[in-house]
Amino acid sequence: MLNLFNLFRKEKLWDFQGGIHPPEMKTQSNGTPLSQLPLPERFIIPLKQHIGHEGEICVSPGDKVLRGQPLTFGGGRMLPVHAPTSGTIEEIAPHMTAHPSGLSELCIFLRADGEDRWTTLHPQPDYRALTREETVKRIHDAGIAGLGGAGFPTATKLRGGLRGVKTLIINAAECEPYITADDRLMQDCATEVLEGCRILAWVLQAERVLIGVEDNKPEAIAALKQALGGDRELQIRVIPTKYPSGGAKQLTQILTGLEVPHGGRSTDIGVLMQNVGTAWAVKRAIVDGEPITERVVTLTGEALARPRNVWGRLGTPVSHLLQHAGFTPGSRQMVIMGGPLMGFTLPSLNVPLVKISNCILAPSASEMGNDQEEQSCIRCSACADACPAKLLPQQLFWYSQGGDHEKARAHNIDDCIECGACAYVCPSNIPLVQYYRQEKAELRAIDLEAKRTAEAKARFEARLARLEREKQAREMRHEQAKQRAARSDQGELDAAVARVKARQEKTPEQDAAEREARHAQALAQQAEKQAETQALSRQYGDPRKAAVEAAIARAKARKAGAPAAEIAPAEPEVDAPTAEVDPRKAAVEAAIARAKAKKANAAAQAVEPAPAEPTAVAPAAAVDPRKAAVEAAIARAKAKKAAAAAQAVEPAPAEPAAVTPVAAVDPRKAAVEAAIARAKAKKAAAAAQAVEPAPAEPEAVTPVAAVDPRKAAVEAAIARAKAKKAAAAVQAVEPAPAEPAAVTPVAAVDPRKAAVEAAIARAKAKKAAAAAQQTEATSSEVEAAASPDSADPRKAAIAAAVARAKARKAQQQPSNTED
Amino acid sequence: MAFRLASSPYTHNRRSTGNIMLLVVLAALPGMAAQWYFFGVGFLIQVLLATATAWATEGAILRLRKTPVVPTLSDNSALLTALLLGISLPPLAPWWLVVLGTIFAIVIAKQLYGGLGQNPFNPAMVGYVVLLISFPVQMTSWLPPDSLQAIKPGLLDSLSMIFTHHTLAGETMQQLQLGVDGVSQATPLDTFKTGLRAGHSADQLLAEPIYSGVLAGLGWQWVNLGYLLGGVLLLAKNAIRWHIPVSFLVSLAFCATLGWVFSPESLNSPLIHLFSGATMLGAFFIATDPVTASTTNRGRLVYGALIGLLVWLIRSFGGYPDGVAFAVLLANICVPLIDYYTQPRVYGHRKD
Repeated sequence: MLNLFNLFRKEKLWDFQGGIHPPEMKTQSNGTPLSQLPLPERFIIPLKQHIGHEGEICVSPGDKVLRGQPLTFGGGRMLPVHAPTSGTIEEIAPHMTAHPSGLSELCIFLRADGEDRWTTLHPQPDYRALTREETVKRIHDAGIAGLGGAGFPTATKLRGGLRGVKTLIINAAECEPYITADDRLMQDCATEVLEGCRILAWVLQAERVLIGVEDNKPEAIAALKQALGGDRELQIRVIPTKYPSGGAKQLTQILTGLEVPHGGRSTDIGVLMQNVGTAWAVKRAIVDGEPITERVVTLTGEALARPRNVWGRLGTPVSHLLQHAGFTPGSRQMVIMGGPLMGFTLPSLNVPLVKISNCILAPSASEMGNDQEEQSCIRCSACADACPAKLLPQQLFWYSQGGDHEKARAHNIDDCIECGACAYVCPSNIPLVQYYRQEKAELRAIDLEAKRTAEAKARFEARLARLEREKQAREMRHEQAKQRAARSDQGELDAAVARVKARQEKTPEQDAAEREARHAQALAQQAEKQAETQALSRQYGDPRKAAVEAAIARAKARKAGAPAAEIAPAEPEVDAPTAEVDPRKAAVEAAIARAKAKKANAAAQAVEPAPAEPTAVAPAAAVDPRKAAVEAAIARAKAKKAAAAAQAVEPAPAEPAAVTPVAAVDPRKAAVEAAIARAKAKKAAAAAQAVEPAPAEPEAVTPVAAVDPRKAAVEAAIARAKAKKAAAAVQAVEPAPAEPAAVTPVAAVDPRKAAVEAAIARAKAKKAAAAAQQTEATSSEVEAAASPDSADPRKAAIAAAVARAKARKAQQQPSNTED
Repeated sequence: MAFRLASSPYTHNRRSTGNIMLLVVLAALPGMAAQWYFFGVGFLIQVLLATATAWATEGAILRLRKTPVVPTLSDNSALLTALLLGISLPPLAPWWLVVLGTIFAIVIAKQLYGGLGQNPFNPAMVGYVVLLISFPVQMTSWLPPDSLQAIKPGLLDSLSMIFTHHTLAGETMQQLQLGVDGVSQATPLDTFKTGLRAGHSADQLLAEPIYSGVLAGLGWQWVNLGYLLGGVLLLAKNAIRWHIPVSFLVSLAFCATLGWVFSPESLNSPLIHLFSGATMLGAFFIATDPVTASTTNRGRLVYGALIGLLVWLIRSFGGYPDGVAFAVLLANICVPLIDYYTQPRVYGHRKD
């Protein structure tokens, strides 16, 4: 008595609210044992037979495959599909698959060779020798999905429960009318089924295993009990027949009394459920090493002559199965894949069997089919009484019809499992499930739209933020520039203020002298500009005269007492970065301005008497103008050569050349000025990214120490030669020997004459260079060598050496005409 | 070949609205039989008149709406409305009364809202209330039960009365209403209310012959018992659910008991309440009209209880002897509110 009570307590069953009792119609097909059908000639294997993405194909047309050979790779949640029989892959193309839409999916077409040979299998009868992860991996590689109809990858489900579940439920309820696939599987393969249950229980480390079977399958229950023997690990629970007790949520509630929380999974309450067919497939996969290639399919309905359960090879066309079951279509014939409450109609019989196809139902016209017209809802709530999810279907219908999406969602339309119980009982014949499916699709579309809108909004706001940031950065830069300008403005402002003050302070004589000085300076600048840009013959202003006048005027102004800053405005202008563009201008400006400024300063120190200045200036002016003109010409020539070359090395030779004649008059000062000029040229050259002046400059600097004009001239000449060599290395052919030849006479005789001769020699060299440019082969070579020098100094040096060698070679050419 | 495409489910339990309505009509037969026995055949003529009017009117409206007439009429809802109205009216009321009432019920209370399933108010009760307010005299000319009748009108007499306001022998309604003792008889509830107003005591009134029935008023108790039987039949056939009738009767009994315990000299006993007037008819046939009642089970309990309370209040303190019609209409207004607040907890959701 106590035992009975305990038993009663342990095997307690709960119930779920709702449910219907449609006629079971199972005796049509569950009377005969499972049978094998002859294989079709052509198999169609869809790539996707599970929930998730399809795997990558690893075969191509023409390949010979064996049964069980994987046809796709499957990683993560992608399950592989396997060849159901041995044969040749015919093609891979889209084909209609078993789905209510009748749309095509990519399928692999296999032509059977009739031999049905297995590939090499790796059975593991002692599955406990494997690790759990390894077992799950084997289940994944065998391509096992939920065979109850959901098609969820089993391995993924098991991985979710690998930490251990309290209860493993094996779903053998099969509540839907007509379907008897699980019933026959349990009757004919009870031991395999139980072995699969044990494997699953071991993988999940389940505390208890419950097999839920409806009481309308007495033979199956008996077969299981017999196969179980005295095994206490697996418990069989017989539940009352009600539709839909086989639903996952409902069966969980029946066997454990717990409800799966909304939005959660069954593992949240320690429960994991697998279909009994999946358990059988797991056993085959682990113990026999066979990937899933066939499953039990119920063929039933009054339009079939021989309704029964068969082993359906995956990929078999439905027409082949129905043909062997004696299908005679009637008028307005429906062919349903699945059961009468949750299945879908097939538009054509060409569709292949997949992992989740458990039944093909071909009813006669009278057997099924609700042809009555839909009437208005009378709010009788028969649907609410039948709903297993405790929803209010009549309200959902009302809101679906009225397009009231928020209310429909508020009434939990997403919890509808589309079991069809509500539509089954509706007295007004309203196809409620159809309306809910439509409403759910509408809600999905609305959610997608809302998500896109939110993303667009986020993008837009990010863009606004970015524009804001950029604007602020720009404003900051403007601020900084303004401040810099303000500072320099401030300097100019101060200078202007000082000028005004000075103007206010100075005497009319000072004023006049300064005005004259400025005027003369302007004239001098104008003349210099002309000297550079125009030919000598066309100049209407004499630059030297203008320069002289300017210097005299400046000296007068200084004598009159004006501050020095005002009178030498030429300098800053020379500093302007026009060196890149017009190196000769920079050089000339620098030289002249420096020379004159230094002289002016020396005069302003009041060491020398005022009249000395004009005299100091005058002889300088007397001697200089001609030299200045010559040097200006030379500088121009050189600069033109430099400009003709690959941008720029050459102000360097120009400047020492321009400077050295000055040194003939005042060596120290000239040397200093040469150095300064060279420094400026170096800056210009650095801006043009060249390397060559470097060797020239140190040597050019050393002559500062020499006081002897002759020595200075010699050293300047040497510097010039070196610079010339450097120039020759990059440019077209330059007669190097011409220059030492030009230089030595200068050292011997007279610096002035030497300078002139150097100029003449240079002019000749220029002519020769122009002539040499006609031999394009060498020039292009050297220039080609010259062009990539800007980026890499080493490369430039190498190129220069190469060019030098080439130049030496070219010197031996007859084009080198020297006189 | 091309196969038929349809959406699941493909099978059905073959119950239809028309069948359910017909079942309700059949379940009213025991009550109707009692009514026939005790009050003559007049009510049947009323029912037939009402049915004919209902079908004609609804057919005309459906044609105006361009809806198929016969399939819609075959849902038997007009038939049920006509039946309920017919048995609620006095048996020998003039023919135009029932015709008017039926027209109002079908056209205004049902079709103008959109037809079956769209009306918020019970059509039969709307028709009854309109007649009661518009024609109080004709609506309160009830006959005494058979044993107390002085003149017993037969079929032809009833027909003549209904269509010509006179019996074949020329008697008027007032004369028919006279009891054997020459006193105008009324329904038990009416007797009690008017008697109390006139100043008689409750004990006096309860000693009247009209109250000489076993449970309650003579004749009326059998009518109510008949409808109770019919209602139990409906429950057994699962055409209606138990929530509304049970909550209505329990609520009425509870209120009546409470009132009667505290003030027996002015309030009737619960038995009289339960078996007088249209109590049982209302509990099983009128209040359970699915279109106008609450749709959730908990809501139905509230709805039924509300009707019970209102019926007792109107009967005891209101102006009319029987308040079922008004109570039902008032509760109909409250249905959306009741539905909103009594939604069941869905699977997987916690009670918030």
